[in-house]
Amino acid sequence: MAEIKLPENKLNQLKEVAKSFNNDGGELINVLHKAQEIFGYLPAEVQEVVAKELNVSVAHVYGVVSFYSFFTMTPKGKHPISICLGTACYVRGAEKVLDEFRKLLKIQVGETTPDGKFSLSGLRCVGACGLAPVVTIGEKVYGRVAPDGVKEILAEYKD
Amino acid sequence: MAKYNQHLLVCGGTGCRASQSDAIVESLNRALTERGLENEAKVVMTGCFGFCEKGPIVKVLPDNTFYTQVTPADCDEIVAEHIFKGRKVNRLLYTDPENQEHVSDSKHMGFYRKQIRIALRNCGFIDPENIEEYIARDGYAALGKVLLEMTPEQVLDDLIKSGLRGRGGGGFPTGLKWQLTRKVQADQKYVVCNADEGDPGAFMDRSILEGDPHSVLEAMAINGFCTGATKGLIYIRAEYPLAINRLKIALKQAREFGLLGENILGSDFSFDIELRYGAGAFVCGEETALIHSMEGMRGEPTFKPPFPSESGYMGKPTNVNNVETYANIPVIILKGHEWFASIGTEKSKGTKVFALAGKINNVGLIEVPMGTTLREVIYEIGGGIKDGKQFKAVQTGGPSGGCLTAKHLDTPIDYDNLIAAGSMMGSGGMIVMDEDDCMVAIAKFYLEFTVEESCGKCSPCRIGNKRLHEILEKITKGEGTMEDLENLRNLSQVIKDTALCGLGQTSPNPVLSTLDNFWEEYLEHVTEKKCRAGVCKHMLRYVIEPDACVGCTACARNCPVNAISGERKKAHEINQEICIKCGACVEKCKFNAIFVR
Repeated sequence: MAEIKLPENKLNQLKEVAKSFNNDGGELINVLHKAQEIFGYLPAEVQEVVAKELNVSVAHVYGVVSFYSFFTMTPKGKHPISICLGTACYVRGAEKVLDEFRKLLKIQVGETTPDGKFSLSGLRCVGACGLAPVVTIGEKVYGRVAPDGVKEILAEYKD
Repeated sequence: MAKYNQHLLVCGGTGCRASQSDAIVESLNRALTERGLENEAKVVMTGCFGFCEKGPIVKVLPDNTFYTQVTPADCDEIVAEHIFKGRKVNRLLYTDPENQEHVSDSKHMGFYRKQIRIALRNCGFIDPENIEEYIARDGYAALGKVLLEMTPEQVLDDLIKSGLRGRGGGGFPTGLKWQLTRKVQADQKYVVCNADEGDPGAFMDRSILEGDPHSVLEAMAINGFCTGATKGLIYIRAEYPLAINRLKIALKQAREFGLLGENILGSDFSFDIELRYGAGAFVCGEETALIHSMEGMRGEPTFKPPFPSESGYMGKPTNVNNVETYANIPVIILKGHEWFASIGTEKSKGTKVFALAGKINNVGLIEVPMGTTLREVIYEIGGGIKDGKQFKAVQTGGPSGGCLTAKHLDTPIDYDNLIAAGSMMGSGGMIVMDEDDCMVAIAKFYLEFTVEESCGKCSPCRIGNKRLHEILEKITKGEGTMEDLENLRNLSQVIKDTALCGLGQTSPNPVLSTLDNFWEEYLEHVTEKKCRAGVCKHMLRYVIEPDACVGCTACARNCPVNAISGERKKAHEINQEICIKCGACVEKCKFNAIFVR
């Protein structure tokens, strides 16, 4: 993969974050949360900076990033779509909803549309089981989603 | 504080907020101001009421009127009629499904009648972002009593006698756990709250943190006093932004009130709490994995002993309890262990919060005394099965639990009975399933979860569960053999006996319990290649009934793989070799001539 040039201002922001956590390796997960907020994702270049700042090995950082599903090494779409695949949503038909998103967006779970607009991921329970099946797009939560309602939801994000 | 004659409580839990409860608060306030009633009634955004099925909920105090499925457009009418004229808005009241009558008072709703709310006592009652409301409900009184009137031994004695057991899954006696940490000598000890609620379908911890965060902070401070810890850590899922936000507010307020920090309430006890964020790993609910995650490492479990009570966070003695366990503690201190022990069964005391979900009429959060039967929970509180379908099973304990069936409906729910029935309490998720759910597919669903979430440290869990999943996949595709069924059981037993941590050891439970309780369904899949629930796609056959088919060609034109043939105005036929079982033809047929067999 081609090397990514990280913007200077964001790099400085990240170094500040590391400093605010006393450059302590034990704070790695907290620092990664912040790093993902700053860059939107955690490419190898960001992981290298984090490792250096916290004085831990890059392998250790990579081990942690790849372990936790919240961290991503590929950029998310402008509108990240998550489909709840918890049990309550599953028994109320979440799989069919997911299939519909896959079909309409022509991407698989974990992928982003070529125009960078949507990304698709599975999610384990947002705890709004009363609204099952649940889909979240960005911060917005959609409840009781039916497969034939998927088109309409996507239409909200036409721009 | 200003005094109001009436209060409008609006649910601010994640579910109701997703259905616009923010806008409802705004509209109610606007309607009150427009009528000059802003000093008559106050709008409060509270935590979860539990009755998520009919959210968003607005409750009016003092008369307990319970309005369901309120929209911002209804707010003007509520204010004009109820607050101004004192007349209830009948169309928004809950309708009793039995007699179709409006129920105006939440106390008379079937959903609430059998509940006793201890852990959820303040959820849906107070503004979680205002510490004064918590204090007005006896909040921090238990901490005061402990610090000023009791010794740590007395508190431990109370807790042990109360019979409280861990609500996170294992059911270990809480008082004993605290005592173990207390006994170890160390310069620094830690108190941890496990808020990494990872069970899909369980959301009680989130609701407590969103609705009553101070109850957890108070109990953690009491824990610190008893065990000798001065530092508390809450490990919470990053997926719960609202709970995190409310915790941050609660921590700030508690410090301002001198209820956390140096010399609490003038005593020589000092204690403070920090937040730590999870990053989406189910295994981090296991306490050793959780501790490693808090240390900034991969959340992999380690062998016990040493237990965290001896060597936990940073190698120091650490006491880990779950959110719901903590929420019970202040009440036990205030009301006494005799009171708490009088609720529940012989070996399981108090209440348990369950998240009812799935194919049930009243999805929501409930709290019932231990010993309540599944029948009471599902039919009386839960309002029975959705769409009048047949009850098939209820899954408890999440991916570590099992499926219970109609024969268990009258079993009193407690830790030991659930284990005897092949499931477990877990954190309290209860997913109800009906005749349309295939139990083999459900077992496969849970294994998929386990395979994805296995941390990979020990091979029985990493490889064994993968093999279990492959066998289940084979069976649901209609390629299973009798030998596969035998292998399923044997391999499950091996994983149970040899996996490293509690999660691995319980991961085959969904397979074993469905094998035990739904053996016939497995047999049908293997010998008859039939899925009675019609879930396993590969076993479905779409067939056109020649007598009903008029030959309109709609199905043939819409079949994406051209599997349907036939002359116009004559009965059509589906070629089973080509059919991909997408169901498009059934949807397009206006004459109900296509059936699934």
